[in-house]
Amino acid sequence: MTFEFILFFVLALVAIISALGMVLSQNSVYSALFLILNLSTVAVFYLLLSAAFLAMVQVTVYAGAIMVLFLFVIMLLGAERLPGKAELLWQRPLAIALGLVLFVEAAYIFFFRSGVLPSMEIAEENFGSPELIGQILFNQYLLPFEVTSILLLVAMVGAVVLSRRTK
Amino acid sequence: MLPVAYYVGLSAILFIIGVVGVLTRRNAIIIFMSIELMLNSANLAFVAFARVHEAISGQIFVFFVMAVAAAEVAVGLALIVAIFHTKHSINVDNISSLKG
Repeated sequence: MTFEFILFFVLALVAIISALGMVLSQNSVYSALFLILNLSTVAVFYLLLSAAFLAMVQVTVYAGAIMVLFLFVIMLLGAERLPGKAELLWQRPLAIALGLVLFVEAAYIFFFRSGVLPSMEIAEENFGSPELIGQILFNQYLLPFEVTSILLLVAMVGAVVLSRRTK
Repeated sequence: MLPVAYYVGLSAILFIIGVVGVLTRRNAIIIFMSIELMLNSANLAFVAFARVHEAISGQIFVFFVMAVAAAEVAVGLALIVAIFHTKHSINVDNISSLKG
């Protein structure tokens, strides 16, 4: 029962409960807030896994920008007042049943079919630091980096065009 | 050091919760958020394996996944807003104009 195990267990519990809260909540704003909690918990997991830069990027981009965008749209559309009633009859039990099937399948593969996974060794000092990520990103992965910038430009143009009111 | 199986198991559980969220909810924004949850769980698996194999490429891939997710959320939410302006509803059961 090392400290790391206790920390992992508590954080995993928070992550799973917030994910369930997001899926089950009837209020959209509560769902978005649950997802922000989940993303922040995963950011702490990144810190446990020697990914310091990614933890900060997760908090800044994912929980800080994407979820804020979600909340803007939820408030803009008044989605917290819209009824979340579903007219599903047979889809909801089927979805839950299929989810349980997926869970059983994952547990089976997890416990009986996984090979020997390599264990973690002590990582080097600057693993996951911005210096190392910058070195690899701008030398080896320069082309995906530039293509991603074009992708973001296209997404920006697309979002502006899609939200124009056509007279 | 925890075994990597713990992180992969947690990633699988979060992914399954995201899948059930996509299948069960009818609000388009909640479906979108469940997709983000699934992407997030895959990111966690990537980072865990990057740590195990001491390969920084896993973290680089997570970086790109986050960038693509941001672009996807921007365009998808613009779509939802545009649909709302015409149909005044974001219940995906009502967005079935193409249904044959």
